[in-house]
Amino acid sequence: MLAADKDRIQVSERAYYSRTAISLHWLMFVLMAVGFAIGDYMADMHLSPLKLRLVSYHKWIGVTVLGIAVIRVVWRLTHRPPPDLPMPGWQKIAAHSAHWLLYVLMIATPLAGWLYSSAAGVPIVYLKRWRLPDLVHRNDALAKVLDDVHVFLAWTLLWVVVLHAAAALKHHFFDRDATLRRMWIWQRP
Amino acid sequence: MTHNQRALAAALAVATAFMATAAGDPSIDASKSTLIATFKQENVPVDANFKSFNGRVDYDPAKPNASKAAIEVTTGSFDMGNADYNAEVRKKEWFDSGTYPKATFISTSVKPGATGHFDATGTLTLKGKSQTLTVPVTATQAGNTTVFEGTLEISRAYFGIGDAEWNDVVDDKVRIKFRLVE
Repeated sequence: MLAADKDRIQVSERAYYSRTAISLHWLMFVLMAVGFAIGDYMADMHLSPLKLRLVSYHKWIGVTVLGIAVIRVVWRLTHRPPPDLPMPGWQKIAAHSAHWLLYVLMIATPLAGWLYSSAAGVPIVYLKRWRLPDLVHRNDALAKVLDDVHVFLAWTLLWVVVLHAAAALKHHFFDRDATLRRMWIWQRP
Repeated sequence: MTHNQRALAAALAVATAFMATAAGDPSIDASKSTLIATFKQENVPVDANFKSFNGRVDYDPAKPNASKAAIEVTTGSFDMGNADYNAEVRKKEWFDSGTYPKATFISTSVKPGATGHFDATGTLTLKGKSQTLTVPVTATQAGNTTVFEGTLEISRAYFGIGDAEWNDVVDDKVRIKFRLVE
């Protein structure tokens, strides 16, 4: 293979995110959407068997999000993403800031939930099977604070996701560039 | 017997058991003692403690056969660390604390085991139902105080604690762990 061909292949590959990055990205989106919806719904529910079930599902989703977030950070640090598309400097800064803020929130939000669970004296038993360690001792006053922190982080995460998605859609429909496509297209030319 | 009669009978039994022990004897120091019920919901073990209970254990290491125990627990003092949950467990479907404010355990016989161990057989009365149970107890003496520790497992269904809609989510078995300091 000629060096020039090799370069061309690399260039075309690098125009897109890797399939691993794409899979993790959209899987994370679905998990966070479902996790948030359950969390918001169950918070206002009166105690019932359904509520206890939803709380368990919410926790399992949260733990999964936490695990995938860590994998994504490791993947991001060890794999170069496609280079920035041409756009104003402030947009590049805003996009990169949002990405790192998302990584931070994807870890901090479930972690706060886990801390809240421990402080409330209700351990997490992942998928009904694996008991996770308690991060703090039971402390009712601390649990109240951690509840608020968890909810605040979740809503912040929601709004950053909305901003991130709105920017991607703006690039796709108004600027008509490859911003969204490179996180979407599975088949490589 | 009606519920009230049963409650009265239980109260009398406790009173008698208390009087049977000599006046002036030490009784349980509630501030140092703990009574924890662990139940499992969706396989998640959750501890909750009874904040109010009293009673006495008469135990003489030299005459373990003559040991006696009578404990009275305020069902409305069950604390799960959450006001919503606490309100729920006091309802009719659970402890029904309005009708049955007290649960009692009165020993009927004691079988000594190895040093510092004995099996206490007695009657647990909860929500108007009674069950004869045998509880292995460990007694540890330190100075003037004696610590009695043990665990027992009871069935929610037997005592009618929690109605059927909860059975898929909350295990029937509830583990009760006590540490009574006297």
